[in-house]
Amino acid sequence: MIGPFILTLKLASISTLILFVISLPVAYLLAFSSFRLKPVVEAMVSLPLILPPSVLGFYLLLAFSPERSFGGFLDEYFDIRLVFTFTGLVISSVIYSLPFMVQPFQSGFRMIPRALIEASYTLGKGRFETLIHVLLPNMRAALITGTILAFAHTIGEFGVVLMIGGSIPEETHVVSIALYDEVQAMHYHTANIYAGILLAFSFVILVTVYSINQRFTNNLFRP
Amino acid sequence: MMTVDIRKKLHAGSGRIAMELQFDVRDGELLALFGPSGAGKTSVLRMIAGLLQPDSGTITVNNEAWFDSSGDLNLVPQRRDVGIVFQDYALFPNMTVRENIAYGLKKDQPADVVQELLDVMELIQMEHVRPSLLSGGQKQRVALARALARRPKVLLLDEPTSSLDAALRVRMQQYVKTFHEKHRMTTLLITHDVTEVIRLASRVLVLEQGTIKMQGAARDVLPLDDLRSLL
Repeated sequence: MIGPFILTLKLASISTLILFVISLPVAYLLAFSSFRLKPVVEAMVSLPLILPPSVLGFYLLLAFSPERSFGGFLDEYFDIRLVFTFTGLVISSVIYSLPFMVQPFQSGFRMIPRALIEASYTLGKGRFETLIHVLLPNMRAALITGTILAFAHTIGEFGVVLMIGGSIPEETHVVSIALYDEVQAMHYHTANIYAGILLAFSFVILVTVYSINQRFTNNLFRP
Repeated sequence: MMTVDIRKKLHAGSGRIAMELQFDVRDGELLALFGPSGAGKTSVLRMIAGLLQPDSGTITVNNEAWFDSSGDLNLVPQRRDVGIVFQDYALFPNMTVRENIAYGLKKDQPADVVQELLDVMELIQMEHVRPSLLSGGQKQRVALARALARRPKVLLLDEPTSSLDAALRVRMQQYVKTFHEKHRMTTLLITHDVTEVIRLASRVLVLEQGTIKMQGAARDVLPLDDLRSLL
């Protein structure tokens, strides 16, 4: 009973950590630069928002398959299998939850008044120092919101996991899959417990996000 | 000495402006750039600071070129050694008063510069307070102290007193005057306030539609009616 929960938390924690490292530079680039292919990059990042998870899962399944070029390459040269493994789940979670972290970070960057960045530059500070000392500390609400949303979204992942993870105990048997299996087996009592915990968790996450937003945005950037 | 010779096409609220400017600011001089809003005053300041690129021309400070379109030279703001007081202060909300001032210190500068500025600007009692809790006048003093801390070659003031009430404005002008008399920093003051020009500047350029209409000592150049109302 507890196994799927531990696995789910492990998956969400690792995915969120990787997402944070990827999302910061991607969001920075999207917020502050303009290049011709930017709408294409933005669309790719946001695709998981509207795409049925099973579609994404299907393409990842094709890509990860050892019978195909990418999956075959990983299998042959690195002995890595991504289909029906925890590593494969982490990679697909990162892709699947990317917009949930990139978009809040991007709007966080954009909300910072241009004059603050310019003030930092004229005080002799480069882009990196400005990022660390001026941008990030003044967009804490966006950082926290994006991180929590991505974490929570990974917890609730179902379609992608079903397609490329299957239901292998201690490997890919996460809570949402466990719930589905219990219903299929007509174990409604256990299913009820899984569902109830997920519902309560999601509600608490959202209340937390909205409270943080309310607290941080109330008194920032008052001239 | 700072020499500015620039051309730039600008889109202002009043339409397009073809800016064409030639002027210099002598060492230790406080020169005022006076004119109505939309004349392009702030754009001049941004071009000197490296935040906006002129279409062509040169900007030279103490014989060092900061911008030269013929040599394709355009120093980034970080390498220009300017201090700016922005119109809307632009204080860092996440830092205290002391941290805001210390942020701009150069690597080899002693930290007691910050202490001295806190004293001079009468900010010592609020050194650990964040900007959101300060009044307009206090914020403006912090912004001035922050710009001065690195002892820049050129100090740029963008309407530093425009959002203050009359009494605070006079007090702020006194801070600028005191500091300028003590350190003789080459300073460009942007303003649309006649009294400010008269109190602070030794010379004034009157800017209209991106070009200099008049220049000289404040009393010779500025509208006489405004001067009379001062007396």
